[in-house]
Order: sequence, then C-alpha cells, then structure tokens
Amino acid sequence: MSHPQPDTGRQYLSTDSEWTFELLEVYDREIARIAELYRLDTYPNQIEIISAEQMMDAYSSVGMPIGYNHWSYGKQFLHTQKNYQRGQMGLAYEIVINSNPCIAYLMEENTMPMQALVIAHACYGHNSFFKGNYLFRTWTDASSIIDYLLFAKHYVRQCEERYGVEEVEQVLDACHALQNYGVDRYRRPKPISAAEEKMRQKEREDILQQQVNDLWRTLPASPKEEQKKRSKRKFPSEPQENILYFLEKNAPLLAPWQRELIRIVRKISQYFYPQRQTQVMNEGWATFWHYTLLNHLYDDGKITDGFMMEFLTSHTNVVYQPGYDSPYYSGINPYALGFNMFQDIKRICENPTDEDREWFPDMAGKDWLDTLHFAMRNFKDESFIQQFLSPKMIRDFHLFSIFDDDEKDHYRVEAIHNESGYRTIREMLARQYDLSVREPNIQITSVDIEGDRSLTLRHTMQNNTPLSGDIHEVMKHLHFLWGFDIHLETFQDDRLIKRQSCPDMKIPV
Amino acid sequence: MSYIIDRRLNGKNKSTVNRQRFLRRYRQHIKEAVADSVNRRSITDMDRGEQISIPTRNTHEPVITHGPGGKQHRVFPGNKEFNTGDELEKPESGGGGSGSGQASDQGEGEDDFSFYITKDEFLNYLFDDLALPNMIKKTLSQSKDFKTRRAGFVSEGTPNNLSVVRSLRNAHARRIGMTVGKRKKLKELKQELAALEPAENDGRPDVVTLMEQIDTLEKKLKSVPFLDDLDLRYRSQVKVPTPSSKAVMFCLMDVSGSMTQDIKDIAKRFYILLYLFLQKNYEHIELVFIRHHTSAKEVDEQDFFYSRETGGTIVSSALKLMKEIIDDRYTSSEWNIYAAQASDGDNWDDDSPLCAQLLEKQILPQVQYFSYIEITPNQHQALWESYSGLQKTFPHHFAMAQIRQPGDIYPVFRDLFAKDRYQEAV
Repeated sequence: MSHPQPDTGRQYLSTDSEWTFELLEVYDREIARIAELYRLDTYPNQIEIISAEQMMDAYSSVGMPIGYNHWSYGKQFLHTQKNYQRGQMGLAYEIVINSNPCIAYLMEENTMPMQALVIAHACYGHNSFFKGNYLFRTWTDASSIIDYLLFAKHYVRQCEERYGVEEVEQVLDACHALQNYGVDRYRRPKPISAAEEKMRQKEREDILQQQVNDLWRTLPASPKEEQKKRSKRKFPSEPQENILYFLEKNAPLLAPWQRELIRIVRKISQYFYPQRQTQVMNEGWATFWHYTLLNHLYDDGKITDGFMMEFLTSHTNVVYQPGYDSPYYSGINPYALGFNMFQDIKRICENPTDEDREWFPDMAGKDWLDTLHFAMRNFKDESFIQQFLSPKMIRDFHLFSIFDDDEKDHYRVEAIHNESGYRTIREMLARQYDLSVREPNIQITSVDIEGDRSLTLRHTMQNNTPLSGDIHEVMKHLHFLWGFDIHLETFQDDRLIKRQSCPDMKIPV
Repeated sequence: MSYIIDRRLNGKNKSTVNRQRFLRRYRQHIKEAVADSVNRRSITDMDRGEQISIPTRNTHEPVITHGPGGKQHRVFPGNKEFNTGDELEKPESGGGGSGSGQASDQGEGEDDFSFYITKDEFLNYLFDDLALPNMIKKTLSQSKDFKTRRAGFVSEGTPNNLSVVRSLRNAHARRIGMTVGKRKKLKELKQELAALEPAENDGRPDVVTLMEQIDTLEKKLKSVPFLDDLDLRYRSQVKVPTPSSKAVMFCLMDVSGSMTQDIKDIAKRFYILLYLFLQKNYEHIELVFIRHHTSAKEVDEQDFFYSRETGGTIVSSALKLMKEIIDDRYTSSEWNIYAAQASDGDNWDDDSPLCAQLLEKQILPQVQYFSYIEITPNQHQALWESYSGLQKTFPHHFAMAQIRQPGDIYPVFRDLFAKDRYQEAV
C-alpha cells in the first residue's frame, strides 16, 4: 500500500523525544484515525500514565488492576523488585487489561516514540483483539471484570476480618493450586456481574448449603429404598473436568464463605482462560498493528526519521527469535512467531507464489485485510498455526521437530524445513500450543457417597507423560478442600498403572 | 475515543500488603537467615538491610503439570545442520542445555528465592520476641520531665513572646480592610473635583462642598490606628511531657592477660547486639566503656576493644567505678541503666564474693538490667559461682550465661532477653 505524500511537505506531530499529555492526545488521535482505515474495532481506551514503581505493582498482580491480597503476589513483587533494582530486567513498556473501557498502562519513563508504539500496540492492537477474537467474546465479559475484581477484593477482605487471614490464605492457596482446573471448556459461562453477585450471594449461600446437605444426607432411608438407591446412585453421573466448580458445589465440609472464595478464584481463572490460549495470536496481532500503523504514520509524513529509527530498534528487539542453540533462547518468541505469521498472511494475499497458491488456494490473491480479520476473529493459537503456518515461515524460522522418547537413548529429528517435513512441523508446533496437550488431563470420576466419602480422580496419560512431583502437594490442597480421602488413578491406554492417595495409603493396584 | 489519565500521583505501594503477607508467611525462614547473617557480619555493619534467600522449594506454588518423560515432540527454531532422521545424543541427566525448551518457566531449578529486607525489618527480625526488661517501669505515664514546644500563635500572651512580624502584618491587613470603602469614596470625590477644574480659592458651592467632604474623609482615614490591641499576636509555647527515653549502657570488660582477642571479639558482638537492641527502644543512648585488669578505667570505644593490657584481674574495681559513674552522672530516676559485663571468668580468688556483694547491695537496685556473660569453653570459674546466687534474688534484673563460641552469641542474647522471661508486671 502506498500513501501519497502531502504536497506541503512533512508536518511532523513532534520532533522531540519527550512526551507531553498534549502530544499523547495528538498521537492517539492520529493512530485512531489510521486504525479506523484498517477497520480495527476497539473498546474505548483508557490510557493511564504510571511510574516504574507502579508498573512493578501492576506486574505483581498478574496484570489485574485490582486484586485481593495474597502472599503469592507479594512474592512476585519481591522478585520483580529485586531484578529491576539490580538492573537484570527491564520493565515491560505496557500492560493492557481486557476490560471495557480497555485500560492500558504507559510508563512515564518511555520516550515519545515508545509511547506511540505502546498506544498502537496496546490500545489498538490488543484492544481490537480482545473485542474481536471469538475466545474472548465467548469466555470473558470485558464490561464487568473491573467491578467483579473489586467485589472479589472486598469479599476476601471481609472474610479475612471475620475468619482470620490465615484461614482465608489456606483456602486461596488450595484454590490457586487448582486454578487451571476451574474452567468449563465446552460451555459458555454466564456473564459475571458484581451487583448480581453481591445480591445473589446470600441467597446462593443458603441454597448451596441446602443442596450439599441433601447430597450428604445422613438420615438413613428405609433399608429397601437404600438398597435400590445404592445400585443406582453414581455420583457424579459424568466425569467432571472443572474441579473447582465441583468442589464449590459438592465439597461436604466447606463453609459458605469458603465456597464463595473458590468461586472467586474460578471466575478469575475463567477470565484468563482465553489469554492462555491466544498468546501467539494476541501478541502477533498487536505487533503487526503497531508496525503497520506507525509505518503508515511515517508514510503520511507525520513522524521524523529519528522517531522511526527508535521505533524500529524496539520493534526489532521485540520480534527477535534466537536459535535453539543460542544462549538467549528461551522457547519460541510469541511476538516473533505471531508477527511474522500475520505479515506472511498479508504477503500470501498480495504476492502469492506458486507454492502459496498450492497450500493456500483460498487466500492467495484475496483482500489481505479481510483475511487478517478473519484469522484474528476465528482462531486460537493451536488452530491458527495449524491453518496459517506456511512453508515459507517454516523455512524462515528454520524450524525442526524432535521426537523424544524416554525409552530410547537418542532424540530423533523427525522433520525439518523441507518438502516432506512441513506438515509434520506444522502439526507438532500447533500441538505445542494446545492447552489440552499442555495440561494434564485430570477429571473427577466418582465420589463414594455411601461409604467413606472419598473422591476419586482419573488422570488419563497423554503420550505416556507422567505428572510432575507437584501433584503430591496439589493433592494435599485438594484434600483440604474436600475434607476426605483423595485418590488419583493414572490410566495409560485404559489400563490403571498407578494409584496415589492423600493422605498416603498403601493400597495395592 | 480515548481518555488519558495521569496515575503517577496515585499510591505506588499497592503491593505493600502482599509483601507483608509474604514476609509473614516465611517469617521462620527469614528469622533463620537473619540470625545467620548476624554472626557473619562485621560489627560496624548493622546499619543496613539484608538479602534473604529461601530455598525455592519452600516458596514454590504447586500446580498440576506434566513431568519429564513420556513420548514428546518438540519444535525448535534455528536449524543449521540437522536432517530428517538424524539421531542426537541425549545430554547426561537430561537437564540443562537446549533440550529443556518446554520447561523454560521452571528453569530456575533449585535456586534460592532471594529478596531484600530493609534495615528496620532486619532489626525487627533480629529482636523479634525480645522485650526490654522492665521497660514499662519508665514509660510516659510516670514521666516528670517536660519540654516546651512551639504551638503556633495566640492572641494573648506575655510581651516577651510578642511576634512583631505577625502583629504588624495583622495591623496592615486591618488597616487595609477598614479603609477600603473610604479610600474608594475619596478617589471618586477627587476625580469629581478634578472634573470641575477648580481654581485657587474657587468659590463655587459644589467645589466647596466637595473639598469639605474630602477633608472629612482624609481626617477619618488618618484616625485609623496604626497598631491596635486586636493585631497583637504572641508565640504560643506548650509544655509536653517527655518520655524518659534516655538509656545508658555500661560495657564492662576484663582486659587482663587471659582475655585473648577472640574472646574480646565475641564480647564485642554481644555489646553490639545490646546496643542495637537499646537503639530500637530509646531515643538517646549513652555508652560507658569500663575496662579493667587489676584496676578499672573508663575509656573510649577504640581503647576498650583494641588496646592491649596485661596483668591480673580484680573485677570489683570495675564495679566500683561503675557505681561511682552512676552516682556522678546518671541519677537513676532519669536514666534507664543497662550493663553488660563480659569476662573469661578469671578473678582474684578473694574478690569474687566482694563482686557479688557490690552488685547486690549497690548496683542492682539502681539498674534496669545487668547481664553477665562468661566467655570460656571451659568449666565455670570463680566469678560464676559467686554470681549464681544473685540470679535467684534478682530474677528480673540480673541474668548470666555462658558463651563457648561465636555461634552461641545470638542464642544466648536471645535467651537473656527473651520476652517471657521478663514479663514483669508493673
């Protein structure tokens, strides 16, 4: 795309590297204007200027603007603080929050070009992704999250006042250990609303307790009836993957406020669920747009060469991908992968090669902006890579796939960037981003309601991968919440190979 | 539509509570680290914070993840020499290198989780659970000392407290305030008069009336007093009770030939701890160093710890000197008196009972706390035996302990000043 130079020569928005509030507004307006040309649909922006110390605070609360108090955030803070003060780590230039309005934090130390980069990246890139991507649309409710977090913070504090900090901490610790198992993967959650939560809370406490009591009714029914029931009553009727939800509703000994705490952790975990699945896309999309928008600004003659140089330096650092053998290597850089994939999609649409025509017949020669928006809206990392990773990308990144079998002494190179390897690499890379592969498959299968009330979970092994040693600690937390024995059965190809219990028991398999 | 908000003025310490939660949770670990560091640190070096390290396994938050093993496919960038079907040697023990691409977030392994605590926090942990003996005795409620403090300005007072600047400023403001209407009127009249262009001795009636009016106004203006009683302001002084926040710490040490530099170093650390401890509780602390061999002498800190002396040992000489200094400079109603005596236990045989007697009769009634440490790896010496009786008679004012090696200093110190041991009610 080329943009006509204005006849009057260049009208720079600024020539200095210092930013001012007026300049921020000017840049934001310009970037918004261009973003609209590219049909970026965003929530309103709330741009907040903060200091480095405040940025450290924001860091430590996993990017939530308001969080309940917990020692683990303190740990995160100490860690950040130490690394920052020693100069081992720079702080991120921005943090952006999926809310409506979309909150973006800009650090005051940034120069004007950096602020412009961040505005383009966060306020128009991430923001439009939050609003457009199907996962975010399905799983999170941007308009109510801030209210909900506030509600959660107050509620946790009330509990601390009433039941003691340590009591609350114990429950939260246990919930945190299970927080990745607090999401309904296949059902759209009801939107959360702080007002409603508050209103219903009391009501819910009563009803919940009632239901739980019903499940655990101890009054003996007539013997005949009991006989009948015993054979019939299997609980839960289907395996449950949302462990926290199950505990919230069914754990026999928990007080209503403890159930509420579980609910809070669960809801927040739900909120982060899409982010965990769209890292490459989300960062790639935002990076693509800061690059495109600022280049457009440059072509319009609004920014100086110096500005552009500084911008490109930062941009290049962000999308740098060290090789596997580099000392700087720490996995595949999602910014690099995402940015290059979106660039590549644009290239395939505009200048397809014969190879592209063969691999992407639907895309070659189409309108690139339509295709890009389509990709952003309807995919997550796994399916995005599966769908759009081109042979050229694989060659550019020199990707290769290793097969690691713990029963063999050697790694085997199973595919490299050549004709026969493209499909394998694409599939393997996509799988690397599949949550259901990344996270162990653990479900609650049964509760011994008539007997010792023990809870049994089933771990279905994938690729013979065992669980990490953490599982013992997690089971202790689970035991705390459930209140009775916990059994974890590991299945390999439908064969029970291991059974662990908490508290420890020696039960032969 | 965008809103730009400046949040820099908002509080920056949002994480304080979470940080404290963390410190509270790992209190035990931090205390151990602090105790360790006290023994390692040089004596002049108590005025800074400390880096605390906690083994990562203790601060680790468990989550369910895959462990190593199984059959895994991993994709890496940057291939240079591999071809399909190549076999690569697995690195020994499977760790490190480029092989662990997926475990990047757990790459820290068995490293410690480390962070900094401030000097104050360091000292708090150091003196945690220690309470100053008999501190209650000399608290605010019983204070008889007052000191005057400035407390703004008042309209009544004695002439010596008159604030000239304030008074004149008030007068000036009052004069402006009281004359504003008149001056405005005067200005108008003068303008009117000027408009009429009066000549010398102008007889026109309106000119005459105007001149008369001007005249009256000017007189009235003059009659506004330059300084009025209302204007006077006096500096206000109030009396505030001062807590008895003064402490004096006597350091008594044997410097006879039998005391080696090692023993003196141990003693020195003990004094440092005591000093820091007092510093946390009193605003003002004075130190008195008394060293003795056969005779006692008050010296400065440098001499106390580092000058060399030889000769025999008569402990009572130091106690006598201490008593003299107390009577001379530190009358006990104002001062909280602490004393720490360090010795290797050697004493002139006949002197030990005398020491015990001196302490019992003359010194202990006046001091808050007297602690005796015997630094010797051997059997207790004569002085210890004599002092043992005192511990029973004055359980709240006297304590003694033996230190065998540097590592004992802190435990002994803690023991001597442990909270429950001195929970003496008022």
